[in-house]
Amino acid sequence: MPRVLLIEDDPSVREGVELGLRRRGHEVLTAGTGEAGLAALTSFHPELVLLDLMLPGMNGVQVCRRIRETSQLPIIMLTARGDDFDVVIGLEAGADDYIVKPARTEVIEARIRAVLRRLADPVTRGGPEVHGELALDRAGLTAAKNGERLALAPSELKLLLHLAASPEQVFSRQQLLESVWEHSYHGDARLVDACVRRLRQKLGDTAGPDGAPRYIQTVRGFGYRFGPL
Amino acid sequence: MRFPVRRSLRPGLRTRLIAAFLLVAAVSALTTAALTYQSARSAILKQAQDQAVEQFREQIANEYFALPASAAALQNACRSLARAGKPHPWFVFAEYGTLRASSTSRPTSTVITDELRNQTHANAHGSFQRVIQDGTPYLTIGMPVMFDRGSSEQHSGVYLYAVMDLRTESVTIQAMVSAAKNGALPALAVAVVPALLAARSVLRPVRDLRRAASSMGKGRLDTRIEVKGSDELADLAWTFNESAEQLERSVEELQKAEARARRFASDVSHELRTPLAGMLAVTEVLDEDADGLDPDTARAVRLISAETGKLATLVEDLMEISRFDAKAAELNPDEVDVAETIRKTLQRRHWQDRVRTQLPDGVRAMIDPRRFDIVMANLVGNALRHGVEPVTVRLRPAVGEGPLVVEVEDGGPGIDAAVLPHIFDRFFKADAARTRSAGSGLGLAITQENVRLHGGTVRATNGPGGGALFTVELPTGLLAAEAAEAAEAAEAAEAAQAAGAAGATEAGEAAR
Repeated sequence: MPRVLLIEDDPSVREGVELGLRRRGHEVLTAGTGEAGLAALTSFHPELVLLDLMLPGMNGVQVCRRIRETSQLPIIMLTARGDDFDVVIGLEAGADDYIVKPARTEVIEARIRAVLRRLADPVTRGGPEVHGELALDRAGLTAAKNGERLALAPSELKLLLHLAASPEQVFSRQQLLESVWEHSYHGDARLVDACVRRLRQKLGDTAGPDGAPRYIQTVRGFGYRFGPL
Repeated sequence: MRFPVRRSLRPGLRTRLIAAFLLVAAVSALTTAALTYQSARSAILKQAQDQAVEQFREQIANEYFALPASAAALQNACRSLARAGKPHPWFVFAEYGTLRASSTSRPTSTVITDELRNQTHANAHGSFQRVIQDGTPYLTIGMPVMFDRGSSEQHSGVYLYAVMDLRTESVTIQAMVSAAKNGALPALAVAVVPALLAARSVLRPVRDLRRAASSMGKGRLDTRIEVKGSDELADLAWTFNESAEQLERSVEELQKAEARARRFASDVSHELRTPLAGMLAVTEVLDEDADGLDPDTARAVRLISAETGKLATLVEDLMEISRFDAKAAELNPDEVDVAETIRKTLQRRHWQDRVRTQLPDGVRAMIDPRRFDIVMANLVGNALRHGVEPVTVRLRPAVGEGPLVVEVEDGGPGIDAAVLPHIFDRFFKADAARTRSAGSGLGLAITQENVRLHGGTVRATNGPGGGALFTVELPTGLLAAEAAEAAEAAEAAEAAQAAGAAGATEAGEAAR
């Protein structure tokens, strides 16, 4: 069962979520502050981090950035603020998904499983694919540009692999949400937009020859596509 | 709309002011001219008459008449009198019995009337009359020649008449008339100038006032008018400014109070969220373990669990409403298969077996999937809770430029007509006795706000089958255009944000 690190300052939420997840068989470690959570990373080796946005001292966005500097650990934001602005800020910082509080353990667990399953897809093609300056290794789950390995978050890598699997095909935000984030209901297109934005930055894809992104292109009114290069 | 209509029916204030000015000027000019003419004319004529009558009488008194007079003597007398007529020349006619003599070649005058003759015969002091013949005014004077008999005078039977033409006086009077006429017209023309000035000085404040009022009507409550002078119009401007200031103050206070109320609702909801997060996370634990507890404790535990769920829904709905009130709700439209979206909504809530659907495939529209999900969940949930199954969901694709229509109908008795207008009100309860229902009481209000955000409408009626019928209409054409614009704006924002984020990261690192 997955090992989850829960960083949450409110004791009742911390204990409630811990109790709920533990009952469902998760191994859970809790931390009351961002600093304590970062310290626990090295000793606990979690497979996923549940991170509260509003923390005393170092806030959730800062913690998320700090984790992203060194690792590709999946992160789910746990936020009491469902306002669009806060959600986008969290996603921009590199979170893979977000859950608005209050949420049932059922929902939290479903999201955890979806994020973790993201990279466990059966691999259909062997050998690295080359798209322009990009090399994608589906078996090894790596992406490199000009021979240099890119540090991509799980959802970013999954999105890139999904788009690159069918070059030039246009995917709507909803389609991407369903296949990459496994949201069985109609979720949030902002997840897709934020992830695309981050991915473009990491690929150095913010401006192609005509000023528009080269690899992940926006098709106005429809969604996104990979290429044509 | 009333203002232009009124303007077209009646002339403007400027026209009326100028017309009034000109009327007053015309009346005074005409009255003055008429009165002046009247008195000047009578003064001129009276002077000429009096002088002539006096002179004629004196000359007759100095003339010697021998009786019975002969025609030649009478003619001599006439000529002698005519010669003395100065400065006005006159013709003199004499009548004595049947004898007629004159200073002219004709013995009688056509100008002398019988009326004057009768008066001359009757009046010893003579008479005069003004006669106009062939357009020429004449003064005719009749004078009897009297004998002086000591104490009394006696008619001699000789009557002398003088005929003097008044052309000189007439010309003078005519000149006066034309002077009055020539003077009045320029006076009227000159009156236009002060009329225009007066109209402008009255109309400018009126125009300022109108502009200010319309500006305030458009919501610019800080509009003020410049107060000039100390007349009634300045008073009006001052009063306007006072009222505007008070209005602005009260509106500001109202807005502040409203903002406070909104922030309070939002803050309360936020504060409720954290404890609820802990409670909701463990309710499943409670539910699962309830079976193993003694019956009373199990009931209590299940009650707590159910109420926690309701409280969570209520807080969620309150948050949503406060976002709408703060106008912070954003539309994130995406092109989706509408039938598929509705099916997903039903599946997710395990309603697919309780709801009949008529959902044609291939209907695509630009809608915000999350908000549309909330709309459908609230309408179907409402029908399942308050109506009677079967509940039917129908999708009608847009025809031409028309809207996309989604209907939700139940098989119940329908909604009371008195309730219908309030069905979308917040916390409205159809049954006043049942103060709490399974829903939060905000579901339909949120539904309406979400539909409005899409630019559509939602209405409640009673269907032909008797059950409650909710109809959602979403404008598809308009929405697609808006979505394209939004996508473009997002693209631009994306680039700006990317640049901004890079800068922020650098700054953050420098701080560390």
